[in-house]
Amino acid sequence: MLDLIIIGAGPAGITATVYAARKRMELLVITGDIGGQAAWSGDIENYTGYQFISGPELVLKFEEHMRKYGSALRENEKVTNLEKIKEKIVVRTDKGVYEAKTAIIASGKRSRELNVLGEKEFKNKGISYCATCDGPLFSGKKVAIIGGGNSALDAALQLIKIAKQVYIINNSAELSGDAVMQEKLSQDSRVIVFNNAKVTAITGDKFVTGLRLEKADKEEELAVGGIFIEIGLVPNSEFATSLEKNQLKEIKVDRYNQTSVPGIFAAGDVSDVTEKQIIIAAGEGAKAALRAFRYLSRHNFISQDG
Amino acid sequence: MEKKVKIYSTPTCPWCIRAKQFLKENNVTFEDIDVSIDQSAGEEMVQKSGQMGVPVLDIAGEIIVGLDKERIKQALGLL
Repeated sequence: MLDLIIIGAGPAGITATVYAARKRMELLVITGDIGGQAAWSGDIENYTGYQFISGPELVLKFEEHMRKYGSALRENEKVTNLEKIKEKIVVRTDKGVYEAKTAIIASGKRSRELNVLGEKEFKNKGISYCATCDGPLFSGKKVAIIGGGNSALDAALQLIKIAKQVYIINNSAELSGDAVMQEKLSQDSRVIVFNNAKVTAITGDKFVTGLRLEKADKEEELAVGGIFIEIGLVPNSEFATSLEKNQLKEIKVDRYNQTSVPGIFAAGDVSDVTEKQIIIAAGEGAKAALRAFRYLSRHNFISQDG
Repeated sequence: MEKKVKIYSTPTCPWCIRAKQFLKENNVTFEDIDVSIDQSAGEEMVQKSGQMGVPVLDIAGEIIVGLDKERIKQALGLL
């Protein structure tokens, strides 16, 4: 049986892997992708040691560091369930079943979906969750950005450079993103903000052609060729049904990264750690790995000669 | 004969960067088409793939959306 299964390979999971590998723990990493949200970050200027590095570059360095230890890695695999049965932690995925003495959940967060009619159908067919990636394909089009926070305004600022018109659809009374960004946007006549507005459906044929908008008791259609959904993040914690979570569905951990079930640890954005930052996720991953090692030692699972 | 490989990408998309890195690791020569500057190539990509997400790979006419390593390897005959 494995010593440790690490779920996720973002900053937390990768750092946990490096630490656990150096403790010679027998481990397996199961992950959908490498880098997680960090891979989608634009410019990073607050990761110590790097005054400036892009998200993809930093992730590449993380990945090289992890691979140096040759730990077993299963990519493109989705964990569907995790539970502790007696002293074993059983992880089920869409491809298999794995058992270990301990687990670290570092599965991070993903973009929140709107959950409206047409969203699934038109994903990548006019709907995008990444303005940085897909923005250039919407040049000369009318686009709508759903959301009112920093990521929504950031998307608007990127898109205004190429799109014909930018609508911002915000479900509260005013935008919540930084004033600096709001000012920049208000200076451009091609930006139209709808406050207190809700998208009820996304429409189209082969590709998105518009959306239905509900505002102050009336519904109207808005013709757009692109929709960018920027309404925050949700933790990838659904598979951990037996663990305690907070209201945001983040997995509760104590200061040792221990979850409500002994032997199962969590680290990074999927946990209820107070700040969500790349460097914090990395640090939490290290803590969780060291703690998992201690847990194994204390339960005499590991011989000390390794 | 070596298959002709094209990748439609944007400079800011992490999956594009990883896809190109993956091709390089496998010693595949490819044509990189930046759809953020070449709009008609962007339209061509949408037409070929029926969708608007990058990256899109065209491996001798086989269209692969996203970094699907298995399918890319298969299309390249690397498996």
